[in-house]
Amino acid sequence: MKPKIFRGIIISFLICFPMSVFAESVSSMLIRYRGEARKTSAEFQEFSVERGKRFYLQAKASASGQISCATCHTVDPSQSGQTRAGKSIDPMAPAINPKRFADAAKVEKWFMRNCDDVLKRNCTAQEKGDFITYLVSIK
Amino acid sequence: MFWSQIVRVGLLGLAIGGTCLGLADSDEHEEKEHQGQRRAMAVASNPQYKAECASCHMLYPPGLLPARSWQAIMGGLKNHFGDNASLDEKTTVELTQFLVKNSADQSSLRRSQKIAQSIQDVPLRFTETAYFKRKHHEVGDEVWQRKKVASRANCVACHGRAEAGIFDEDEVRIPR
Repeated sequence: MKPKIFRGIIISFLICFPMSVFAESVSSMLIRYRGEARKTSAEFQEFSVERGKRFYLQAKASASGQISCATCHTVDPSQSGQTRAGKSIDPMAPAINPKRFADAAKVEKWFMRNCDDVLKRNCTAQEKGDFITYLVSIK
Repeated sequence: MFWSQIVRVGLLGLAIGGTCLGLADSDEHEEKEHQGQRRAMAVASNPQYKAECASCHMLYPPGLLPARSWQAIMGGLKNHFGDNASLDEKTTVELTQFLVKNSADQSSLRRSQKIAQSIQDVPLRFTETAYFKRKHHEVGDEVWQRKKVASRANCVACHGRAEAGIFDEDEVRIPR
């Protein structure tokens, strides 16, 4: 009997552990960005899927007026993108690619690089939160 | 709670152990391959190098460029061929050391030595070296512009095992 129970524990653990890590890191990231956004803007209420989607797609806002997140990540975040050097980029939507937003340091590193590439400035906490909220909303 | 913690620690141990075994095995495999392939270049078997550099482009064997080129590239990551590829200072130092140690002018491999001897200046792109141009003089513009080739920097398009440091001519397959 005992080994059966033990195996049950292991199996349920294997299923639940990665999901709990994911949920924890996305929500804690959003809590942090929400706190920063409230500090910098009195009008900020909550992150928005709509604003995030616009931010992701809109090339007009970029420094060159020509590129957006979608240029490399494709207009459909559930699809794989491609870098300028021809390397495939795994989908941005965590529903399809659970590795997305699982590591806060990695997320910050890529915001730092890519916001500079596209906008020639850092992204605001609100932009980061909207961006993640939009991508998490994709099922 | 207590039991789940024990299970958690145990599984983590298993996962780490498994990963280490896997790495050891692949190192051995690569060494064997090297002995068989005298012209093969030192393989970039550094997990940090792969994680940080090969998310945007193919994993370039460090033996493609001399140490001074890698130092120049790693010193300018904020504008890396038009993209911001910044790393934290610790990672930058570690990866620079790795690249320098395995660079063309430090290599005991034939192809890397030939590349090192052919380079006088500090090229940032291997594709702009006389060595690369000489080796690819038969490749027409039309081929470079093919969608599946994408870029001169995309070695793997035609050299299927480029990331393993293998550029032998008889393995070249140019995509349509």
